[in-house]
Amino acid sequence: MKSLTKPEQVSLTINQEPCDVVIYPGETLLYTLRGDALGLTGAKPGCENGDCGACTVLVDGVPMKSCMVLTAEVEDRDILTVEGLKETPIQRAFMDQQAFQCGYCTSGFLMVGHALAQDVANASPERTIEWLRSNICRCTSYQEIYDAVSSVVHPERS
Amino acid sequence: MSTIGTSVPRKEAPNKVTGRARYTNDINIPGTLSAVVVPAHRAHGKILSIDTSEAKKVPGVKAIVIGDDLSVLTGDVTQDRPPLAKDKVRYWGEPVALVIARDESIARRAAALVNVRIKPLPVVNSIPDSLADNAPLVHEKNGDYTVATPPVSPKKKSNLADQANVKKGDVEKGLKASDVKVQVHVSLPQIDHAAMEPRVAKAEILADGRVLIHASTQAPFEVQKLVAQYFNLKPGQVIVTAPLIGGAFGGKAAIQLELLAYIASKAVGGQMVKIANTREEDLTMSPLGLGLEADITLGATKDGRIQAANMKFYLDIGAYTDSAPRIARAIAAQCTGPYHVANVHTDVFCVYTNHTYTTAFRGFGHMPMTFAVERAVDELAQALKMDPLEFRRKNAIDIDNMTPTKARLTRSNLGDLPACLNEMERLIGWQGGEVQAVGPHRVRAQGVAAFWKTSSSPPNAVSGAIITMNSDGSVNLSTGAVEFGPGTKTTAAMILAEKLRIPLDRVYVHEDVNTSVNPEHWKTVASLSTYMVGRAVLDAANDLLQQLLNLAAIVLRCSPDDLDYGNEHVFVRDDPHISIKFSDLALGYKYQEGDSIGGQLMGRGRFMIRHLNLLDQETGHGKPGPAWTVGVQAVEVEYDQETHQYRVLKAATVLDAGRVINPQVATGQVMGGMNMGIGVASREGVHYDPNGTFLNPQFRSYKVMRMGEQPQQYLVEFVQTPQMDSPYGARPLGEHAVLAIGAALANALSRAANTPLNTLPITPEMIWQQRRERR
Repeated sequence: MKSLTKPEQVSLTINQEPCDVVIYPGETLLYTLRGDALGLTGAKPGCENGDCGACTVLVDGVPMKSCMVLTAEVEDRDILTVEGLKETPIQRAFMDQQAFQCGYCTSGFLMVGHALAQDVANASPERTIEWLRSNICRCTSYQEIYDAVSSVVHPERS
Repeated sequence: MSTIGTSVPRKEAPNKVTGRARYTNDINIPGTLSAVVVPAHRAHGKILSIDTSEAKKVPGVKAIVIGDDLSVLTGDVTQDRPPLAKDKVRYWGEPVALVIARDESIARRAAALVNVRIKPLPVVNSIPDSLADNAPLVHEKNGDYTVATPPVSPKKKSNLADQANVKKGDVEKGLKASDVKVQVHVSLPQIDHAAMEPRVAKAEILADGRVLIHASTQAPFEVQKLVAQYFNLKPGQVIVTAPLIGGAFGGKAAIQLELLAYIASKAVGGQMVKIANTREEDLTMSPLGLGLEADITLGATKDGRIQAANMKFYLDIGAYTDSAPRIARAIAAQCTGPYHVANVHTDVFCVYTNHTYTTAFRGFGHMPMTFAVERAVDELAQALKMDPLEFRRKNAIDIDNMTPTKARLTRSNLGDLPACLNEMERLIGWQGGEVQAVGPHRVRAQGVAAFWKTSSSPPNAVSGAIITMNSDGSVNLSTGAVEFGPGTKTTAAMILAEKLRIPLDRVYVHEDVNTSVNPEHWKTVASLSTYMVGRAVLDAANDLLQQLLNLAAIVLRCSPDDLDYGNEHVFVRDDPHISIKFSDLALGYKYQEGDSIGGQLMGRGRFMIRHLNLLDQETGHGKPGPAWTVGVQAVEVEYDQETHQYRVLKAATVLDAGRVINPQVATGQVMGGMNMGIGVASREGVHYDPNGTFLNPQFRSYKVMRMGEQPQQYLVEFVQTPQMDSPYGARPLGEHAVLAIGAALANALSRAANTPLNTLPITPEMIWQQRRERR
């Protein structure tokens, strides 16, 4: 990890594309993603202290709250944002189950669900719930979100 | 082909699962400045001085505005709120100054250097504090403020911002005729809407004088009018856009940041300025949902007929009135819950405190009101030793009854509550209210509660729709309703598709609302959009169809009366082979010779609420809304008598939806409402310390429901009794599932714990305390 004292260029890999951006020291990944240079506004600010998960992205396949990650920490790591999801089963499942209403928390939940589908093969229902507890949705009953994630993570059960 | 009654995804759904859905804070123009507030760190105090000199030295700071720079007072009803505190601060977190800088981090650094000196005043920290003799006054000028929208009835030299009442029959006589009476006192804290998108607004003043405001608002047309009114502009000069909104729940119908954004832009010569709440600001500075203390007395005869209701509701409205007087009247108008009560006397008081001010919250006061009434109804059933569901069936309001405000009820304007109760009995497997032991110290109990709600909207609320046809015969639908989750635009598109007999994907909607482009829609509140926008859409569709048929009649050389339409064609009814495509008429018809007639087909439609009136200030009589949605909610809980922990096993709603337009969306709306209602009842509530400091301004301390905490099962059924004047018979249902589920939970747990639980939130600790106090 670089130690930065003034704006400096860093090389990031976002959605499998290398990109060079100039960042301030202390800049969060959420800020960098949403900034004018990248314009990846799918990750949302909801609390900026890790409580709500609306800003969740995957770093090397693991869900991270991008408001709690410094951009300088994630050079040379694979960053996947909601914009990098292309016709994945989790997106289809969220559509089918109507697992969102306003849509503001959706990117974050999708990323956690996608990670569960990719990384933790056969995650138990308990584990799935535990992971999804990191994020908040104020519109749905959570049942829709659980059903959507579960249909992808444990299709044999649904 | 029929669209109505089918489960279709929201129009914008693909954008919401790809990160392409854009909200206010996702659309930024480079060079936009940032505004940050300096909050008060006292709940009540006199402002002695505000020193901005150090803050102004921070490089990148463009301007700093304080209350003394402004003369305007704002307010939906009573104009009692300065956009920036002036002379006094009245709640912890109230904006005292506004720092505008090149970016947010500079603005925040500078804001921290603004030195605000406040002389503390005694804090009005609760409803009893506020009502006490010689209580400190939150507003010394109470009663002297300009009233923008009557009625409101403040009491001078007191903390009563307003008082509303309803009288029907003779309550004393009714109580005398009652064999059994119960008295219940309930106490509910203020709560937060906690929409996932924090409020945000941007403003810019163009060189030609137009003011552009972009905001996460449910009420863009209201923002337009009020910004114009407060700052001496012409309404047409003010253009408000609202893109997709990340949750609202009534909290984005209040107007706060829009004013600050305008003030900020004005201070820097009209440059675009953004003000975006942090989560902490969204909780402490922007308006909450009101708190309540209520005293309910109900009386009934031995055979279980409610005779009288005597009620007092005290609303903790916080430091400023905002929409509280309207909410007070909504509570008064529906104060009995969905029951026929011949003798009613209800007083509702809006009480100023040094708490964060409040505004509409999903249900417009009906959620706390329903909690109070349904706790009393359940206590009354218990006192009568009656099955609580049966007791409700016996007293259910029905057609030909009168509401507390003496509005007449018909089969069209009132849903069928007895049918909902019957359906609930089956749906949840009703056990008659008996508590069942299921293990050592473990019991299961069910609770039931019912709700009703009407819109309590102004008698002159309007809506409009404009349809334009594209060259391929598809249509664009323009309305003024904002989209914040319930699928408002999709529903409007479904109504249009049905009417034009075209597939839903041939109707295009635009997410953003723009007050200078879209026809006016009062506000996207009160679950009224399907009704109001839907009626305007049908009106516009009729206009469009008439144009289609008239033009087709010329081309097909017949009378429009001979024509019908379908499959995107207009055809001769008795010989459908003679036909013409919509697309050949859309932009006018072109004859073979090349000459053309017609022009673009465009339908315009409008709707205005009819036959409503403001409630009489003396008696409270009047008609507060077009129709009453009714429903029943029930829960089944498992409760541990030792630890007082509980788990909600089932939560159920049966609601008379009139006609369900989109079953999956409607079911989701109801499930989400139940989840929010259970969260409010089981864990939510704002805490203030003895100095009025807001103690829980984050989601780690202001707890909302999380995954896995929802009941094991959500059950939803709809009764369908059409509302005749609503599109396809649909009744409002957006807010309703929050209304009675908390009361149902409290009713179940009161039985399980054998202690009346009349305070929210119901935590294990609270149950333990209540049981101890009772012993």
